[in-house]
Amino acid sequence: MTKDECKQAVLEIIADIAPDEDLGHLKHDARLRDQLQLDSMDFLDIVMELRKRHGIEVPESDYQQLASLDSCADYLTPKFTAQGK
Amino acid sequence: MTLPRIVITGVGLTAPNGNSLAEFRHNLLHGVAGVEPYEVRYMGRLIAGVCHFDPLKHQRKKEVRVGTRAGSIAIYCAREALADSGLALETMPKDRTGIYIGCTEHGNVETENEIYALSKFNYDTKYWSHYHNPRTVANNPAGETSLNLGITGPAYTIGAACAAGNLGLIHAAQMLRLGEVDLALCGGVSESIGTFGIFAAFKSQGALAHHPDPKKASRPFDKARNGIVISEGGCLYTLERLDDAQARGAKIYGEIAGYHVNSDASDYVLPNPARQSECVARAIARAGLAPRDIHIVNTHATATPLGDIQEAQGLARVFVDCPDTFINNTKSFIGHAMGAAGALELAGNLPSFDDHLVHPTINVDTLDPQCALPNLVLNQPLPVKRVDAILNNSFGMLGINSTLIVKRCVA
Repeated sequence: MTKDECKQAVLEIIADIAPDEDLGHLKHDARLRDQLQLDSMDFLDIVMELRKRHGIEVPESDYQQLASLDSCADYLTPKFTAQGK
Repeated sequence: MTLPRIVITGVGLTAPNGNSLAEFRHNLLHGVAGVEPYEVRYMGRLIAGVCHFDPLKHQRKKEVRVGTRAGSIAIYCAREALADSGLALETMPKDRTGIYIGCTEHGNVETENEIYALSKFNYDTKYWSHYHNPRTVANNPAGETSLNLGITGPAYTIGAACAAGNLGLIHAAQMLRLGEVDLALCGGVSESIGTFGIFAAFKSQGALAHHPDPKKASRPFDKARNGIVISEGGCLYTLERLDDAQARGAKIYGEIAGYHVNSDASDYVLPNPARQSECVARAIARAGLAPRDIHIVNTHATATPLGDIQEAQGLARVFVDCPDTFINNTKSFIGHAMGAAGALELAGNLPSFDDHLVHPTINVDTLDPQCALPNLVLNQPLPVKRVDAILNNSFGMLGINSTLIVKRCVA
């Protein structure tokens, strides 16, 4: 999986948990919570959906790695690859 | 001690046959039932009363996703009631507004959904949603309403089985009289069609209605009745003290005249006619009325073989020689909306103060002689000389009985 494909997988999750948001103008290097109305429960949703949809575990100590789309791609791409994706 | 007079100034509702009071009333006067085929998890195709309001009229998509069906119903009804009352959310006293919502149950739907979702992950609890707790707390529908409207006064639910809709109104009237709040949003909601457990339990009890035509399945007082049609729905009212309503020139639907709540203390599910008639009689006495002053009695009857007879027996004890008292039933149109039933059924009758029509009980092809109360309005609306007082019965499991009387407001 490429980093762009990884970002797309994350965006698909965000589109479901924040359905009122326009994701077309997201800056990839900026914090998601600065650009979207995401609260802590929504953030837990991202973690849960990564687990449910892709079998990826994100330990609490690594939550900060999901701050932006770029950091998501850096952190998650190897995990997707390890899943054979 | 003279207690403040409490009046109804707004109505918001969603029923299986209408999403506003005007639509609901029209359908009650034109024989339009709202029961339809409905798929229930594990059980297949059954029938139910399903509401078709648009949740996105008053909620964002995210609120709908995170919240519950009961929350959506409550928010829709609360917003519609406020709009109907003429009160402006921007200027109303949000810290002096109470939200009191009756529920038969809450949390079954969300728990069943979560367990079903968990079954897809081999019951590994790490897949259990972090939203489970806020979705299943008993105050959920009231809490979601307070979040949506920004109301900061007390907001909670009242668990009273199928008497809960009446209890929402009664509790609100009490809080207004005590001066705890200046405005109340109150009534009842139900999302019960989302839980297979309620369908399965009524089926096991032999009390789940079935009929080839869903719209004819709910048939209180008919000889061929065979049980309850389960429905969702909601109805919330704005209640105010009369002085406040008059000061702002509010439209007034009616005045809370009296009420009574008691308990059978005799069985888990079987009603008790003696306690029911006691409840009705005490509500009438509290209203300062006599039985003959009541012009409409909206029955609780759910179309169970025994329950309808017992309510009829209870009413027959109270309404003796009452030529101007007419009796009807709303569940024949919409099924049993559980915690919303009492509030919805009252709403469907309120327009009678103005149009002098009593909506009928439909689906009565052969009246059960044991339910043959005098002046039972069957199948067609009945024009009457006047309607000054409406009595609304709602009873529930574990023997909770409630009677609420609303009268024409003469200021």
